[in-house]
Amino acid sequence: MADPVVAARGLTRHFGGLTACDGVELSLERGQLHALLGPNGAGKSTLINLLSGDLKPSAGSIRLRGVEIASLSPDRRARMGIGRSYQKTNIFPGFSVLENARLAAQSRRPQPWALFSDACRDEATLERGRRGLELAGLSEHVERQAGALSHGEQRQLEIAMVLATDPEVLLLDEPLAGMGAEESVRMVGLLRRLAADHAILLVEHDMDAVFALADVITVMVNGQVLESGPPAQIRASEQVQRAYLGHGEDGGG
Amino acid sequence: MDTSIFLIQLLNAVQYGLLLFLVASGLTLIFGIMGIINLAHGSFYMIGAYMAFSLSSLTGSLAVAMVLGVVLSVIIGLFLEWALFSHLYRRDHLEQVLLTYGLILIFEELRSLIVGNDVHGVPVPSMLGGSIALGDTMTYPVYRLAMSAVCLAIALGMYLLIQRTRLGMMIRAGASNREMVGVLGVNVNLVFRIVFALGVALAAFAGMLAAPVSSVYPGMGQQVLIICFVVVVIGGIGSVRGALAAALLIGLVDTFGKVLVPEYAGVAVYLLMAGILLWRPEGLFRRA
Amino acid sequence: MPRRLIAPLAALALVALFPLSGATFYVELTTKIMIMAIFALSLDLLVGWTGLVSFGHAAYFGIGAYALAILSPKAAAAGLWSSLGIAVLAAAACAFVVGIFVLRTRGIYFIMVTLAFAQMFYFVFHDTQVGGGSDGRYVNLKPDASILGFVPFDLGRPVQAFYVVLVALVLVFAFLQLLLRSPFGRALQGIRANEQRMRALGFPVTAYKLAAFTLAGALAGLAGYLLAAQSGFVNPELLSWHESGNVLLMVILGGAGTPYGPIVGAFALTMLHEFFSSLTNHWQLFLGMTIVLIVLFMPGGLGHLLRRVRRSLFGGPPDG
Repeated sequence: MADPVVAARGLTRHFGGLTACDGVELSLERGQLHALLGPNGAGKSTLINLLSGDLKPSAGSIRLRGVEIASLSPDRRARMGIGRSYQKTNIFPGFSVLENARLAAQSRRPQPWALFSDACRDEATLERGRRGLELAGLSEHVERQAGALSHGEQRQLEIAMVLATDPEVLLLDEPLAGMGAEESVRMVGLLRRLAADHAILLVEHDMDAVFALADVITVMVNGQVLESGPPAQIRASEQVQRAYLGHGEDGGG
Repeated sequence: MDTSIFLIQLLNAVQYGLLLFLVASGLTLIFGIMGIINLAHGSFYMIGAYMAFSLSSLTGSLAVAMVLGVVLSVIIGLFLEWALFSHLYRRDHLEQVLLTYGLILIFEELRSLIVGNDVHGVPVPSMLGGSIALGDTMTYPVYRLAMSAVCLAIALGMYLLIQRTRLGMMIRAGASNREMVGVLGVNVNLVFRIVFALGVALAAFAGMLAAPVSSVYPGMGQQVLIICFVVVVIGGIGSVRGALAAALLIGLVDTFGKVLVPEYAGVAVYLLMAGILLWRPEGLFRRA
Repeated sequence: MPRRLIAPLAALALVALFPLSGATFYVELTTKIMIMAIFALSLDLLVGWTGLVSFGHAAYFGIGAYALAILSPKAAAAGLWSSLGIAVLAAAACAFVVGIFVLRTRGIYFIMVTLAFAQMFYFVFHDTQVGGGSDGRYVNLKPDASILGFVPFDLGRPVQAFYVVLVALVLVFAFLQLLLRSPFGRALQGIRANEQRMRALGFPVTAYKLAAFTLAGALAGLAGYLLAAQSGFVNPELLSWHESGNVLLMVILGGAGTPYGPIVGAFALTMLHEFFSSLTNHWQLFLGMTIVLIVLFMPGGLGHLLRRVRRSLFGGPPDG
């Protein structure tokens, strides 16, 4: 078993009196899709924010390929190879679809000194942007304004932007949220393809998708890890069923 | 510096700080609860001072002028909120800055038309006109002590209002979550209107209170506004406690600055702000 | 030639031919307007593109102006190119230092602290003898533009000064347009559109903002230098918040984030000022009311209105 790409140990985050994350341990490995499940309020969003850098931990460590990153800003971590998609669609609605992806790719080739070049004609960033869009299935929509896309298409753009930065680690926060059946199937297929070359952390409520895709599942309740293991183990686990049945079948919504 | 001089400067610093607090608390409340930056807030201070001048000349009594002035400012505040500010809640900061900047121009010119541009003095009410002795050689004006006492009383009143009354509860709730409060059935518009009028009245009253001490002059609104911004930045937006702490701190820095390093006193307050920005950019008491 | 360039080039030609009409007063007024247009363009870099509402931009304008005044000897002319370089560098340096502090804040705080820092600079020039105190200082002789003996122009002649400023305006405008489409410019626009996303994508957002803030300060310093050179006089009011408010108003009136908006705003505001003050001493009242009405009923400013007019006259894409 290779060393984990991302290793979080004892990750804790307090908000005043509330402990949203309590001593969480989590590893992400390349080629593996690690799903995070839990009822609402379990601390999943907090955990993803801690990994991406949008929140700083109160205690604990996060190592990326052995390097401690817990105190680094989100943009540092992104440049080190962590890509994140958001639960609430977080695109540039005023720009075209292509420009959204191209700008994302530009983060890897910033060239701030090239004052007289036309960024929108830069082949390198355009190429990577297009590749991200192609992977996410948006190639036909490149000229449209991002704000005019349907909700499902915007979720695809969300993913395309992350892919355009060519990250090693993908932190995906409910990529299927609000998607129709057809779009969900497409997204699941994409995620399966991506799992092969990336280390993926997936937060999702869609149980079918999770059990179909995940190599490892971690269940969180009240900020703590309840259980972690292969899908079969989680499916059979009594304490997981109790945690879920106590809150409703699909973990809420 | 010997003890009596130190004591006098300390009293001055506290008095200045408390007065600043009165004005700044209105600004920070209006921003904290309604999300509106109001550049014209300093104009209310100026309007209060000029009201003190005209009404006390008219009625012969500063106290009567103050009562009338407060009533007038509440009416003005209610009207302004209804006519203009209620349209600003959903707008972005840039538009609020611009509109309230326009208001400053309007207020300045209206004042110029109605009362003129002269500098005026307002006599201290005779009851408070004396000085009390501090030690052997120094005396301190009773009126300034009265000012501090009134400001403290108002600060206490605000604390009680915000912490102990239903209105205060709605204000605190509105400060942390505007939409939720509306959904819960509280008449948010009414709360906003009251808070705004309260803010206006506080600023105007501060101007009235300060008039005998600082005299009444056209630029006084702008001057106090910018210092109030520094108070709010240092204290933290939305935090009345922060405004008090920051105002007192600024009172100290400014007063002792003028005594110790007169040429740079004007800059001292901003250096303090710069320091706080490095250390705690959201202010000393950030909103929870 | 692209259709969208017809109107601006026509306007440019009109302006360039204007001095031939001979009215010196209007030539000097237009020169002043063009200087303010440069100032407004520099602020739009922050407000319109990066989304940073600075209410203290006049500080760098004033620093550029005072630099010339301080560098000009009483009885001789300062060398233009060297003093200009120093003025722009000084303004940029001050903007850089202030930027380090103010960019630790966002939103409403940012507006307030930029104002406060500008006020600090105002007090430095007003209270101390650095720049002659509250009375200000004179630039007795216009800066001398000679390079190795050759004198390309004489700023003492109003018509030549007019063309120098016009060229400066065109250069600044062209530079900013190029910047807008460069990777740096696109990143700034991304920051304005969605700062959190830019950070998540890996852009060091604060560094970009600081660069924009410094560049804007440098260009404001250029405008201030030109003003001091043209008017021959500087005083602390150049750094006042009225000046900061004025230029912000120009940007918004003209339409923030539109290419010609700041230029149009500078012309419009100055014309409004002239018009109202010819009517009454209390022109600020009408200006104030105009501002309030514009914000309430026309939030996109004139630039927005102009785009709609141009679209209905010339057709073209919905968002140029």
